[in-house]
Amino acid sequence: MKEILSILFIAILVENYVFIKFLGICPFLGVSQKVDTAVGMSAAVIFVMVLATIVTWPINHFILEKLRMQYLQTLVFILIIAALVQIVETFMKKHMVSLYQALGIYLPLITTNCIVLGVVVLNVQRNYGFFTSIINSLGGGIGFLLAMFMFSGLRSKIDEADIPEFFEGLPITLLAAGLTALSFQGFVGVAENLFK
Amino acid sequence: MTSKDNIKSKKSEALDVFRRGLIRENPVFRLVLGMCSSLAVSSTLIGSLSMGIAVLIVLVMSNIIISLLRNVISDSIRIPAYITVIAGFVSVVEMLLQAFSTEIYDLLGIYLPLIVVNCIILGRAEGFANKNPVGMAALDGLGMGFGYIIAMVSIAFIRELLGFGSLFGIPIIPEEYHILLFSMPAGGFIVVGIMMAVSNKIAEKLGKPKAGLKEDACGGCPVAAHCQALRSNDLLAEGSEEAN
Repeated sequence: MKEILSILFIAILVENYVFIKFLGICPFLGVSQKVDTAVGMSAAVIFVMVLATIVTWPINHFILEKLRMQYLQTLVFILIIAALVQIVETFMKKHMVSLYQALGIYLPLITTNCIVLGVVVLNVQRNYGFFTSIINSLGGGIGFLLAMFMFSGLRSKIDEADIPEFFEGLPITLLAAGLTALSFQGFVGVAENLFK
Repeated sequence: MTSKDNIKSKKSEALDVFRRGLIRENPVFRLVLGMCSSLAVSSTLIGSLSMGIAVLIVLVMSNIIISLLRNVISDSIRIPAYITVIAGFVSVVEMLLQAFSTEIYDLLGIYLPLIVVNCIILGRAEGFANKNPVGMAALDGLGMGFGYIIAMVSIAFIRELLGFGSLFGIPIIPEEYHILLFSMPAGGFIVVGIMMAVSNKIAEKLGKPKAGLKEDACGGCPVAAHCQALRSNDLLAEGSEEAN
């Protein structure tokens, strides 16, 4: 239990996928202007990340590692993710219409999102077990949600602020992200003392 | 656009295709592509230079192959096909690095396989290589790749000099003057943000538009426009079905 909590805490705060690991920066900069879109996108990302982990872990563990074909990991993972997103979208459209209406728009955009491939590769590199991998993916997704949610609120404030014109838009968002990243750095010590 | 028209294009056009990516359409500062890796591995010059070279190799090779296959790959499955080609070359680069320089392989870590989903490569495949002949596609890849290297090295120059007080690992500034912030993830955001603001200021003086993302979800990734178009088509089709 302690291990699970520790992995979750580290994935959400200490190694926040947006602020510390720089994954999913494109949607973070592109989407995080409205709260609704930010939350919808994050929910779709969490869903696909967990699902991708559930599918890729057995394939990696029972097929690629058994046949010593780890060098195909990158290729296999990205194809699985692409196919998975497509299948989920088709399935949702037919059988889960309300869920599709909420998340469907974001699904095609997730295939080439580095956060999904990133978490899958990270799980393999760290030799996480099946269950731990799922927890790690879930934590990463929640961390992404946290970042998106925070910045969707922050950006509407920034839009009203009086700043030099050439800082408007992306540069000021990056600077704000930098300051937030700095505060997330503080969680390193918290995790060390909380779980030891 | 037929390939015959393109073959007629003059040398100056070829040069323009190459030069465009360097500064004017610099993938990082102007097109805002490939932000993840440019923020993540840019804390040292060695890391960012090797990342830049890896991206350059993958970009040129995949541009060449995709341009050669542009008449073979059917339109509806082109994105998965491109991803497969790109992933193949990324695996090759990964294996080469693993064999010849484990240090750099470890330094780039998770960001090396993530070249597959780097928007620059898929973006150039979708935006340029699938409409242009091989030579042009290769030049475009070279230009964009060098533009990426320029951006990476300039970010890393500032971050390594201020954060670690060194350049390419050679100490220059004594340790008591190091500003740790710049070597941390936060420093990456801040340096890139300021550099983007500076490039906006320069662009403003030259009368060019600001660097920016489109208002859709994948940000600057040109594939996003395609996704978005697909989606709105789907929604339209559904709407008309319901109306019937």
